[in-house]
Amino acid sequence: MNDSVVQVKNVSVVLGGYYHALKHVNVDLPAGKVVGFIGPSGAGKTTLIRSIVGRQRLSSGSITINGMPAGSAKLRSQMSYMTQEVSVYNDLTVQENLRYFATMFGIARKEMGKAISDILRTVDMSDHASQLVGKLSGGQKQRVSLAIALIGYPKLMVLDEPTVGLDPVLREQLWQLFRELAAKGTTLIISSHVMDEAERCDDLLLIRNGELLAHGSPKALCEQTGTRSVEQSFLKLVGVKQ
Amino acid sequence: MSIRKTLATAKRVLSQLHHDPRTIGLVIMAPILLITILKYVFQSEPKVFDTVAPMMLGIFPLLMMFLITSVATLRERTTGTLDRLMTEPMSKLDLVFGYALAFSLFALVQGVAVSFVTLGLFGVTVLGGTIPILIAAVLAALLGIALGLFVSAFATSEFQAVQLVIPAVFPQVLVCGLFVPREHMAKLLQWLADVFPVTYSVDAMKQVTIHSQWSATLTRDMVVVIGYAAVALMVGSITIRRQDK
Repeated sequence: MNDSVVQVKNVSVVLGGYYHALKHVNVDLPAGKVVGFIGPSGAGKTTLIRSIVGRQRLSSGSITINGMPAGSAKLRSQMSYMTQEVSVYNDLTVQENLRYFATMFGIARKEMGKAISDILRTVDMSDHASQLVGKLSGGQKQRVSLAIALIGYPKLMVLDEPTVGLDPVLREQLWQLFRELAAKGTTLIISSHVMDEAERCDDLLLIRNGELLAHGSPKALCEQTGTRSVEQSFLKLVGVKQ
Repeated sequence: MSIRKTLATAKRVLSQLHHDPRTIGLVIMAPILLITILKYVFQSEPKVFDTVAPMMLGIFPLLMMFLITSVATLRERTTGTLDRLMTEPMSKLDLVFGYALAFSLFALVQGVAVSFVTLGLFGVTVLGGTIPILIAAVLAALLGIALGLFVSAFATSEFQAVQLVIPAVFPQVLVCGLFVPREHMAKLLQWLADVFPVTYSVDAMKQVTIHSQWSATLTRDMVVVIGYAAVALMVGSITIRRQDK
């Protein structure tokens, strides 16, 4: 596949010398799509994500992004990463957080103001710009964390459970945003343990016990397993494996 | 490394402090409280206070910046912000020097306040003047920052980080010559004192106190402190990993 942006080749990750977080994962992720990493917690989604963004050393195998090995310095300005925990500074305001990360990303000073106010509007946090993050609710913090990942709108966004705990209306808005971004050519990697989100992805990776159970569009997965929903096909795949 | 990103990091750290007035209050008031207590502990021996107080001016910034830096860097490690920063197009040195710059400025403010009380209100005379005292205080802080950053790599929680101050700094303070002149200690401790950086940081204060001119020993002390700080900062930045095993 030529239009793949991330190539994962036979990747295994052993954490702490004994825990096999990923076992021989092989997959190519297509460009300009919303790619869902779906599986129960502890399945290996976050480890695969950390490996792709270059934070996790691989025990074996290789990951290539845009032709460069994951973790290359050059890739850092071409992608963003939203961690699973809310990784923002609680003792800074929303605006200060964004300004700092935007500077680290390399946003020019004169574009800063507009870039930040646009992103704040996108995540519906404009009214809270000068509030301390520590005083915000969990869902609001989550949105600040997502806002930071949107800075500079890089071609590859890796979002670890971006919609967990958000209210349905906002979740709907964010999915609309993800679709728009993908339509413009952005590749989004989104992990979730909520099956109903899987249906919204273009491409799915079903992960369990560090293994890739299946890969394909929601429709293809359903056809392949003869089921009507991703949840059912997941269950069927797990059943077949046992 | 980029000047813009280093300065932005320093500004970010200072903004965090700005939103945390209690920390600012503690860092500035705690040494003033201690020096005041010390003043009255030595009520009947004012001469001793005059020698000990300037040395304390070298220990406060070191101790407090050590604590603040180790907890701050550990917080970056545990809250995921470091995870995020390490995937950004920035150098680790932007982060390390940003912290060093911000906390050195903070230490300067602390130094001015504590010097004002010690030299101004309590009338302790330092022959070398206030400016060299402040320079030595900022260098002591830099040493504390560097050691704190380095040592935080050996802690996995803030709980542990705070406790590391005991093995990492206290032995150095005990043998630095503050309590007993170094010549009077056991040979082994004298050797250790010769190697420990805190000795030079405290000796710098002593030099400023007893010499009206900038002495060669003072220069040596400061060079040693800067050298240790530079090495600890470098090693500390190595302990911040781009990739986890």
